[in-house]
Amino acid sequence: MKFRVEPFLWLAFSGGGVMAAMLLPVLVFLFAFAFPFGWLDPPDRAHLAAVVGHPITFLVLFGAFVMMLVHAAHRFRFTLYDGLQVKHRFLVAAACYGGAVVGAFLALHMLGSAT
Amino acid sequence: MAQSIRLRVARYRPDKDTEPGWQEYDVPLREEWTVLDGLNHVKNEVDTTLSFRWSCRMGICGSCGMNVDGAPKLTCATFLSDYAPGPVDVEPLSNFPVVRDLVVDLTDFMEKLPRVKPWIIRDDEQSVDEGEYLQTPEELDAYKQFSMCINCMLCYAACPVYGLEPEFIGPAAIALAERYDLDSRDHGTRERLDVLIEHEGVYGCTFVGECTRVCPKHVDPAAAIQRYKLKAAQESVKMFLLPRGLRR
Amino acid sequence: MSSEDLRYRPPVPVFWWTRKPSYLVFVLRELSSLFVAWLVLYLLLFVRAVGLGEEAYADFLDWATTPWLVALNVIAFAFLVLHTITWFSLTPQAMVLDVGGRRVPPAAIIGAQYAALAVVSAFVYWLVTR
Repeated sequence: MKFRVEPFLWLAFSGGGVMAAMLLPVLVFLFAFAFPFGWLDPPDRAHLAAVVGHPITFLVLFGAFVMMLVHAAHRFRFTLYDGLQVKHRFLVAAACYGGAVVGAFLALHMLGSAT
Repeated sequence: MAQSIRLRVARYRPDKDTEPGWQEYDVPLREEWTVLDGLNHVKNEVDTTLSFRWSCRMGICGSCGMNVDGAPKLTCATFLSDYAPGPVDVEPLSNFPVVRDLVVDLTDFMEKLPRVKPWIIRDDEQSVDEGEYLQTPEELDAYKQFSMCINCMLCYAACPVYGLEPEFIGPAAIALAERYDLDSRDHGTRERLDVLIEHEGVYGCTFVGECTRVCPKHVDPAAAIQRYKLKAAQESVKMFLLPRGLRR
Repeated sequence: MSSEDLRYRPPVPVFWWTRKPSYLVFVLRELSSLFVAWLVLYLLLFVRAVGLGEEAYADFLDWATTPWLVALNVIAFAFLVLHTITWFSLTPQAMVLDVGGRRVPPAAIIGAQYAALAVVSAFVYWLVTR
């Protein structure tokens, strides 16, 4: 069978879609609304730091965030092809996945600095 | 019920027009009449120059696909009374070049279909003396849904990806590839995967799902495509992980 | 008569996706990708604030209530919900499961995903607030 990279990109897109659907709602609800607005008492910074700093949390969050970024990049790439009818296909793909790679480094840095 | 209903029909005469225009016809509004009956009334009684395709008039040949009020439909299965009081817009099927009036050029699909090898491919052919290849009802059920395709092209008319990227192989072709992949008598999955793993194959689809919504035979081509993406991904991973010797 | 190609090719309008509700939902669903990316960035900024110390943490919680940011996050959350709902409802078409010789009904696959969402959410809530 031929080797093509597209099936792997699609797998990452699918995994990221599942991560975003399962993990993001509660994280966003808590950290963008419930804690800032005091609907729930914000946790002790020390406690959050302990949770975020744990190696397993780092691995899970890093893996999940990177997959979500690849998901977003892949989907946006096709939105540009079909929605805006941008014709420079390779450039668009490079820009989208390139953005995801930049995001991955950011994630590595931010999560890493918390451990 | 009113006596008649107005059809606004797209006309395109390649020898005279540079782009399509409209022509209006009033046809009898009979309870059991379909849009196709209306068009045949026009051709027989009013304007013999109107061109359109049709054949079985019972939803099995796939010839009479057109855009009715902007939606791809089989005109033999679309009742005029559902559009009363009208007018009803009748246009050629979207996303295909128009040859004349309501007749579109389907050469693109005719070229794409054989690419997915929609026939039983076997590693070894049984001799005729050994009799037919047997199949259980369960084995038939595995692919039956995808075998119901009548090649009416409504799915191609509904698919925005096909409209924007004409090289996209399209819903019906992929559904038919899946029909054969799932057939217990077939060994051709590898060959079809090689065709459909290209960028104009399954991965061009963004799962809009409109193809499934318009299909008159409930084939669910969108499901066939997503399952094909998963199958291609699984095979790619296996090929990547297994040493050369274990790959088929 | 020459062999000139006289077929008419209708152009696809730029706003093709406004012509049918299902097309519009599709495009909105695809645009949710931008908001997923933003929400990941927001959460990373939060993680950074947690790591920087008590003051940075408190400041971030304050900053999170500024009106434009709240508006952005509300819109982003709405798109995230659209993503989750559409993702769960499309999974049965992509994944057919046969258990004990019978096809698992789509409703069961969709229900299982919502159940998993509830379990994951409950776990994260517990982990963060204990």
